[in-house]
Amino acid sequence: MSLSYASPTTVNEAVALLTGATGLTKILSGGTDLLVQLRSGRVKPDIIMDTKKIPGILGIIETEAGFVIGAATPGAVIGEHAGLAAAYPGIVEAANLIGSTQVQGRASLAGNLCNASPAADSVPAMITAGAIAIVVGPNGQRAVPVEQIVIGPGRTSLARGEFILEFKLPKPAARSSGAYLRFIPRTEMDIAVVGAAVNVTLDAAGVITHARVSLGAVAPTQLLVVDGANAIIGSKLDDAALAKLDAAARAVCNPIDDKRGTIDFRIKVAGVLARRAAAIAVQRALGQAAGTKH
Amino acid sequence: MPDTNFEQPQTPAATPLAMTLHVNGRDHLMALDPRTTLLDALREHLGLTGTKVGCNHGTCGACTVHIDGRRHLACLVLAAAAQRRNIGTIEGLAGPDGALHPMQAAFVAHDALQCGYCTPGQIMSAVACVAEGHTGSDAEIREYMSGNLCRCGAYPNIVAAVREVAANAQQRS
Repeated sequence: MSLSYASPTTVNEAVALLTGATGLTKILSGGTDLLVQLRSGRVKPDIIMDTKKIPGILGIIETEAGFVIGAATPGAVIGEHAGLAAAYPGIVEAANLIGSTQVQGRASLAGNLCNASPAADSVPAMITAGAIAIVVGPNGQRAVPVEQIVIGPGRTSLARGEFILEFKLPKPAARSSGAYLRFIPRTEMDIAVVGAAVNVTLDAAGVITHARVSLGAVAPTQLLVVDGANAIIGSKLDDAALAKLDAAARAVCNPIDDKRGTIDFRIKVAGVLARRAAAIAVQRALGQAAGTKH
Repeated sequence: MPDTNFEQPQTPAATPLAMTLHVNGRDHLMALDPRTTLLDALREHLGLTGTKVGCNHGTCGACTVHIDGRRHLACLVLAAAAQRRNIGTIEGLAGPDGALHPMQAAFVAHDALQCGYCTPGQIMSAVACVAEGHTGSDAEIREYMSGNLCRCGAYPNIVAAVREVAANAQQRS
């Protein structure tokens, strides 16, 4: 078996290549994880399939319904999109935390998701935004909520022959915003010890009517914390609601104990970051309602 | 007979892939293992050793090059994926008469290096940093240059060089 590189130019060609392939096929988006794994010998693929020539897989389209982000769109392009930054600041700040500017020149949302690291920064932000992955494969297309893609460290729910073509984000309701925070022991260029994302929608009186909370790096997969959202819905994020959010965030944690953070530390920080991210999200939603830029 | 074949192939043999790389304004036709990174293609096959190998896994920034004007890490790009793109390296930065690029001149003027190993990557990154407009303050320069590590700790002088080039660029525009 000899290693080969393929760069199909249509979805059908890519799916045919993936389904017909024998041996290990690795999908190449930005390559910032795959190339490291190739060099270390951790993965030894027979075929490397570069998706970047497939139409629609690079770039961001803003429509009446919301946003369509091509799966291989690099983080730098996401970081520079003013419309996306206004609608989903949490996604943009998460993308801006992944590696250096050079890494962001290639690293993509689909790669960050499908590499399936529990610490992937963009994933909690995408989950709280209600992002839908459009998965293509031998049986056509299916729409999968982002929180259902990763099933364990390094493992996804994608079947043989499937890959992600794009992500769809709904147009946010009025008075909605979000935030993503992560803890690292230095200021740049590190992997999340804990990550927390919150999205909220407020009513005209400033009461939270809809919320989504997600945590990263505190369990084998990113978590959608439904109890955390319920803790703040119906409130103006007063101290009691924040305390309930903190408790709900801590309750779902199932982290590893390693040199970067102990179990107790990660659990405590998950509660703190969830509270802080919620406060920023509410401030941004209020600022948006007042017409000020966040 | 002694066995001198110490290096066993660890991965499947590869069919060489014909590719054309457009580097510093010139086309280069090559046949490379598809796993070849842009970094290895530049250094080992084109002899452009100005682009440095540091960590070789996307952490240090020593191999920063420009692809279509954006900064990228050559160690994290497959050469095959860089075809039909404008690749710029440190060798292509000076003018045809050898006149230094303003960023190169500023690094010299501010003594923005000690051992010099990270310098090509720093300069390529700094040129892009100015073009991106991420030079509003020293803190912003430091944040957007954070992908380039300098083991000698020449950071204050690197920031000074970037600051000066950004200020001059602003005056001209």
